[in-house]
Parts: sequence; structure tokens; C-alpha cells
Amino acid sequence: MKEMLEKVKEKFNKFVLAFENRDLPCIVVKREGFLELMKFLKEEGFNHLIDLCGVDYLNYKPEKKPERFEVVYHLFNMNTKVLLRVKVPIPEEDCWQYSVVTLWKTANWFERECFDMFGIKFKGHPDLRRLLMPEDWEGYPLRKDYPLELPEEQEWKVYKELKARGSK
Amino acid sequence: MSTPLIEITSKEVSINNYEEPFYLNLGPQHPSTHGVLRLVLELEGETIIGCDPRIGYLHRGVEKLAETLNYNQTIVLSDRLDYIASVANNVVFCLAFEKLFGIEVPRRAKLLRTIVGEMARISSHLLWLATHALDIGAMSVFLYCFRDRERLLNIFEKICGARLTHSYVRIGGVRLDFTQEIIEDLYQFTEEFPQLITEYETLIDVNRIWLERTKEIAIVSAETAINLGLTGPVLRGSGVAYDIRKVRPYDAYSEVEFEVPVGERGDTYDRYKVRMREMRQSNWIIKQCLDKLKETEGESILAEDAPDLLLPERVREPEPKPHPKKGFVFTGKEVPVVPVGEAFASIESPKGELAVYVISDGTNKPWRLRIRTPSFVHISAIPELIRGHMIADLIAVIGTLDIVLGDCDR
Repeated sequence: MKEMLEKVKEKFNKFVLAFENRDLPCIVVKREGFLELMKFLKEEGFNHLIDLCGVDYLNYKPEKKPERFEVVYHLFNMNTKVLLRVKVPIPEEDCWQYSVVTLWKTANWFERECFDMFGIKFKGHPDLRRLLMPEDWEGYPLRKDYPLELPEEQEWKVYKELKARGSK
Repeated sequence: MSTPLIEITSKEVSINNYEEPFYLNLGPQHPSTHGVLRLVLELEGETIIGCDPRIGYLHRGVEKLAETLNYNQTIVLSDRLDYIASVANNVVFCLAFEKLFGIEVPRRAKLLRTIVGEMARISSHLLWLATHALDIGAMSVFLYCFRDRERLLNIFEKICGARLTHSYVRIGGVRLDFTQEIIEDLYQFTEEFPQLITEYETLIDVNRIWLERTKEIAIVSAETAINLGLTGPVLRGSGVAYDIRKVRPYDAYSEVEFEVPVGERGDTYDRYKVRMREMRQSNWIIKQCLDKLKETEGESILAEDAPDLLLPERVREPEPKPHPKKGFVFTGKEVPVVPVGEAFASIESPKGELAVYVISDGTNKPWRLRIRTPSFVHISAIPELIRGHMIADLIAVIGTLDIVLGDCDR
């Protein structure tokens, strides 16, 4: 594991922002060098993409995050049994990330869900549509500035129609 | 290692008698989709050439809701994910929170968690076998499985008062200890259960219809299975011995013995075999844990530093200053209620790898709670598995993946 991290440090020095080791070894990487790093990790044997998720750090108090969003990847190497986390900060104004569907097919739906919930677009994704929310839903529910309960006038239009039909 | 999926025949269509592909909407209210799964199928005759699963009909926004609830309150939400084996969800939530808080669980609580976890696995597999067989056309297996699942649910009721949504596990341990009656019931169950498995196997193991409907159906090679993110019995059916109980042991799995059954060809029949053998292993694990439970008689079931059920909103550093009129007042600066940071925990749930990634900002509510559920990933793999098969095989594929839509949509 240490050797691998050394290699990463050597090869991707200008892209890696930080190495963390809180509960898992973690690489924080810039979006520019992200795809190369993932290709390298896949070749190193990280063949199982456990999870891919977005995080919104709007007004996160404990520390100042460089960007509002972060996409977090959890990778597992089935041969050496090593768990690794990769984080990529995503700016709010330029909200997109590279897709890894070509490397791991399982990323397909994870990325669709991330787009659905956070509005992060994935470049190179074959079929980026909403997944859990209805297709004509407005807004991205898991963002921190999205309320838990929408005010009545902002409700989904299908829901409004159903309510109107019910009250007749 | 494996043969490719059946090739689509008669692909060449002349322009003169060109037919538009036929679209069929399966679900969301179809009994064999095990919930509210909707599949848009593109057909050529009866052969499926394209499939687009539409999910979200059971989306309750657990991840968003959890951000507004106390840590211990989220465990109640977790029951509603995979409601067939809710203890497994409780355990993974608690493991993640304990990692975040830095709590070590007492040994007795670990053993109790292992026992209920394996009970959940058996009851989940029984329900899977019942519905899978029913979908394929074997009605009697359904009745046998439900008869025996009932026994486990009754034991669950004795343990925590609930049959399906247990909320039995809490941060730092478990809610209640086992009584002697429960232990005796479980001993009796583990004695009788292996014969019951043999009983189910005599019903379908060499049944010609069963073999025809499951063998060589939806073959996945090991490499494809890993690439698709399949986990649990589905991945092990393809011959990959990836079991989190062995790879990253949690709870008391490091001190019990068990085997990880794997299949060879990676077809529906192999996955059925893997699950049947897994039930025997689970039975064995429960037995070992019950024996070990005697060694820990009278020990605590909750860690000493386990947090209260409701965490306070604000905590001030205890810096008492005597006040002439009010007695002592706390004037220290605010400190985080729980440690700031992040934690990742994953377990082998009956359906596959269930993982939780939690980020804390120091308040009494999680900043972000991400749940990676096996059913979500397995449904995403249906189009890959079903291409080139018949519609009737789709029912077998949905059954063999063992999906629960509550688990998928969250």
C-alpha cells in the first residue's frame, strides 16, 4: 500500500492535492489529472468500485473546503485487500466531473444518481438522465440549499394536478 | 470459463419487411418484480434486445432525511431500507457511527449482533427461495419456506418485540439481552434447520422444470461480475470468493469458523446453490456464537462510552465558575458533540455489500449519510444480464438477483 502511494506521489505529483489518512488512506486529487489516476489505480488492481457519491460542503463549519462539491470514490483491491478513497473537489460554477463508466460499468448508475441528487454533470457518460426523481423534477434534492419540505407553490406539477383532481 | 449469452438470431432484417421494435412495459405493479420495479423492454419476437429499468417509485429520501435526524434516530430509518433483513441495515449504520465516535463494542454485544445478523440472512434467503421458486412455478416451496421463516420471525419478536422492523442494534451495542428462552429456541432451531434445507432441496434440486429454467440462464463471468459491481451471493456464484465477513471482518466474524461457498459457471442455478450452502453456514455460525455466549454471561451489552439515544444540540466545555446567585454556570466555549470527520463501514448483508459513508461536522446530526445498497447495483446490472434472453427468463433473473426495492430506492 505504501509503495503504491509513493508511486502515485511520484507520477501524479502536480495533480494530487493531499494525502489523508483518517480512517482510510485517501487521495485528494484535482479534476484535471483524475482520469489518469483512476486508470493507473485500475491497472494497480483496484478492480472493485464499491461506491461513488457526491457531497455538498455548503457552509461546512469545521474546515474551509476549497470547493463546494466533492465526488468521493471508494475503491477496493480484491487481490491485496486494500481499501482506498479518492476525493475530487468540484467547483459550483463549473459543475462537472469526468465519468469512469469506461473503467467500471457499475459507475453508470452511481453517476446518474449523483447527477440526479447534486446536479454534477458527468462528461463521457453514455446516458445521463435522472434516476430516482421524476424526469421533470426541478432542482437537486441532496444539495444543502434544497429544503426538506418544499413550499406549496414549488411542488412538483404532477403532484399539484393529482391534488387538484382529488379535491374535486 | 463461461459461454457467452445466447446470440440473437435473425438479426438481419430486410428493408421490405422491416418491423419496428416492440416495447413492453413490465411493472411497476407486477408481482414478479418483487416490489415496484418498472422495466421497459425492447423486444424482437420474444427475445429481449434492450432493457431500461426505471426505479424511484419507492424513493423516500432516506439520505436527505438522515441529515435532519439525530444519529440514533437514523437507525429507525435504516429498518425501512431492506425490510427483509433489517438487522443488517442497523448493524452497518452502527458500525459506521461507532468508527466515527471511536467506540469499542463489548464482546457480548458483538456476538448478539452476529447471531441476529445470521438469523436475518437465513430469513432473507428463505424469502428469496420462496419467491424465486414461486416465480418459476414451484408453488409448494413457497409454503415450506414461509413455515420456517415464521419460526425465525417469532424468535425476533421475542428478542426485540418486532417481527420485521427491528431497530435492535444501537450505537455502542444492542438494545436488549437474550433471555434463556430465546437461547433455547435458537438452539432448537439450529438443530432442526439443516434437515429442513435438505427438505427444500429434495423439492427442487433435481426437478426437471427447475433445472431447465435456471441452468445456463444469465451467465456472468467473474470479471464482468466484478466490473458490474455485483456482490454477495451473485458474485460468489461466479466463482469469486469475496465475502466481507472474511475480507474485512466486523463484529464477531473473526472468531467464528465458516466457509465461503462459491459457484463455478455463474448461472442462475449456481447462485441458487451458493445461497443454499450459505444458509447451512449461517446456521453453523449461530450455533458457534450461542456456545460462545455462555462465556460472556453477565457482561454488559452496551459500551460504557456509548452516546445517549438523543445527543444534545450544543455542548459547552465544562468550565464551572461559581456564581453568587445561580450556583455554578458553564461558561466554556462550545465543543463538537461528536468527533468531526468521516467514516466508512461495509458489511455482507444477505443481498450483497451494504456500505455506509458518513461525514460529521461536529453537530448531533450527520452532515452526509451515503448508503450504498446491493439491490441498487444489482438492478443496474439487469440489462447486461438479460440481453438475448426470453421474457420468461427475465423473471428468473430478477429472482436470482434477490432485489428489494426499498433497498434500491432508499
